[in-house]
Amino acid sequence: MGVGRVSPAGADILGGVTYLDHAATTPMRPEAVAAYNAALADGGNASSLHASGRRARRVVEESREALAAALRARPSEVVFTAGGTESDNLAIKGLYWARRAAEPRRHRVLVSAVEHRAILDTVIWLAEAQDAQVELLPVDATGMVRPEVLAAAIARDPDSVALISVMWANNEVGTVSPVAELAAIAHRYGIVFHTDAVQAVGSIPVSFEDSGADALTVSAHKLGGPIGMGALLVRRGLTLAPLTHGGGQERDVRSGTLDTPGVAAFAAAASAAVAEQPVEAVRLAALRDDLVARVLAAVPGAVANGAPSGPGRLPGIAHLTFPGCEGDSLLLLLDAHGIECSTGSACSAGVAQPSHVLLAMGVDEARARGSLRFSLGRTSTAADVDALVRVIMPVVGRARRAGALAGLSGLSGLSGG
Amino acid sequence: MRVLAAMSGGVDSAVAAARAADAGHDVTGVHLALAKSPESHRTGARGCCTIEDARDARRAADIIGIPFYVWDLADRFEHDVIDEFVAAYEAGRTPNPCVRCNERIKFAAVLERALALGFDAVVTGHHARLSGAVLRRSVDPGKDQSYVLGTLRPDQLAHAIFPLGDTTKTEVRAEAARRGLAVADKPDSHDICFIADGDTGRWLRDRLGSQPGPVVDAATGETLGEHEGAFAFTIGQRRGLRLGRPAPDGRPRYVLDVSPVTRTVTVGPAEALDVSHLVADRAVWPYEGPVVCAAQVRAHGQAVPATAEGVGDELRVALDEPLRGTAPGQAVVLYDGDRVLGGGHVLRLGR
Repeated sequence: MGVGRVSPAGADILGGVTYLDHAATTPMRPEAVAAYNAALADGGNASSLHASGRRARRVVEESREALAAALRARPSEVVFTAGGTESDNLAIKGLYWARRAAEPRRHRVLVSAVEHRAILDTVIWLAEAQDAQVELLPVDATGMVRPEVLAAAIARDPDSVALISVMWANNEVGTVSPVAELAAIAHRYGIVFHTDAVQAVGSIPVSFEDSGADALTVSAHKLGGPIGMGALLVRRGLTLAPLTHGGGQERDVRSGTLDTPGVAAFAAAASAAVAEQPVEAVRLAALRDDLVARVLAAVPGAVANGAPSGPGRLPGIAHLTFPGCEGDSLLLLLDAHGIECSTGSACSAGVAQPSHVLLAMGVDEARARGSLRFSLGRTSTAADVDALVRVIMPVVGRARRAGALAGLSGLSGLSGG
Repeated sequence: MRVLAAMSGGVDSAVAAARAADAGHDVTGVHLALAKSPESHRTGARGCCTIEDARDARRAADIIGIPFYVWDLADRFEHDVIDEFVAAYEAGRTPNPCVRCNERIKFAAVLERALALGFDAVVTGHHARLSGAVLRRSVDPGKDQSYVLGTLRPDQLAHAIFPLGDTTKTEVRAEAARRGLAVADKPDSHDICFIADGDTGRWLRDRLGSQPGPVVDAATGETLGEHEGAFAFTIGQRRGLRLGRPAPDGRPRYVLDVSPVTRTVTVGPAEALDVSHLVADRAVWPYEGPVVCAAQVRAHGQAVPATAEGVGDELRVALDEPLRGTAPGQAVVLYDGDRVLGGGHVLRLGR
């Protein structure tokens, strides 16, 4: 094919690769790299009592204040972790254990059916290894938990609910939840509410204070910070049991020497991303709408998934089904053209799985397998959309020939609209 | 050419992919995930479906500098190879799942998908030589795998590339080391990839349950003992009969016949295993009239002098000298010297 292969993200993005997978990870922002490098050179353990320690601690606390300001939280509400998955685990297990210990009848855990695996696998573990009763809240065809669905699930037995977790915005199809409304319903019954805002922060306005959520997960590398860094925002006064035991560095619920450079870079990235968010969201939404419109025009039978364009949808995420295709065929062919996107999740061996999000939205398995996410970010340009539109139809044509061998008819959607 | 290299995570397929890249092909590596739940097969270096193998294949692709993907063929493999394997044993036949996998997975499902996606050929690490339509044995007689490829049709071989046929296994390992491939000293896989511990009898019992029946002496018709399932026996088998008492003449007894309908396992002396001719079906045999050749019925068996002739849909093979240890279900592959002429699947035996 003669397509030059360069590293997937970062400085080489403009060197021949069309990176449409910003929701997987997005290149680090220059502000974050600068903050990271500066803190790396400084060194010091933020828990040490001498001058070097104080210097590192100052970086951590200034970063905590900056992150809190960006997310409209109090600095004391920020618990730094090693990423979104750890934050989700801490929120779910920590809140479940604490609530269950305080009120033993609370054993129900309500989460949406479209959560990230960091939530779903954690609650499944709570059900299988502990005594939790997990209920997956159904979503509508756009992937959203309707407030009345949550209210009805709680009302079946309000006093037995230990916690509720519904993601702020879905990582696959980009649908945004009515978080404030859901949190208010939970609070009517005195139930704690957690939200995974990993995809939301930096993409849409996120205010911890206004959301009413009791705990909120955020990850650094989705907004231009380093991989391996995250935070859980925890409402003041809320008790949660620790997962890791040790020095108790973070509010006595999270132990381990703080990653000062990571913290500094995270805060720098979050501050910049949130400051740019209003302008960037408009730019990306226009680019996204252009991408969707042109791909749908180029590929007969293609279908856009998730909420319609507008405030109910992340600006950077387009999610499309190509009936008759297998997603991994599409991914391979696009990759060969230097276009990088995602099929959803893969198992540990690397096998693409049909998306549980699409299945929960009522999409059948064959169509779920034939779906791709294209996600835009800070470095995306109109040229990226042009590159995709140029090759998408021939790629889909080939993938459909391969899909026909696998018995994927799917193309009935052509006549059915 | 744009070629797809099937990479098992072993040394052979890694070197094959590297050679294809050196030859100027545009190579894409693919690891075939064949196990439904890969975790359950994580039992070390044997087999072809562990997470460790997928990682080894990925690392080899990194070193070679080619893109790499994992293709999920677990459903196809379950249906076309494993179910067929079980059904064959249940029917009293002795299947070769590697032959089947080449016929139905690597050079069918994978090849067809590759062609549809715009690739021109599939590259594998099989030890066999292929030039044009002519398939020949590897130069390494100990590692030759032409037998498990011997029933492929010309249209399948037309899109196959076997870069290792001119190289011994020792040289392949040395080349892997030179290339910096970490799998250079990975142990060879043996036996059947989906039976992790190699105990086929127990694996079949787990799937099929206990189906007891008699073990009968071929000469006298006397019942000599009981077995837990005729499916666990294969013609020519000597060990595991557990008859307790020796034959009157003190000579070892072998399984002569397995009849799943009556659940009867018939045993007798070695010479009763001698087969003078056999009939195969699903044959690839493009020749008219009798052809003098050599017949091989097992992956690591000797080829013996024979005459083969296509009659209708069947391939009839007359053996110059009696052959022991063949059974319905096995592949018979016919050679002229080191050249594969064709082959088929043994339907019945003549003694």
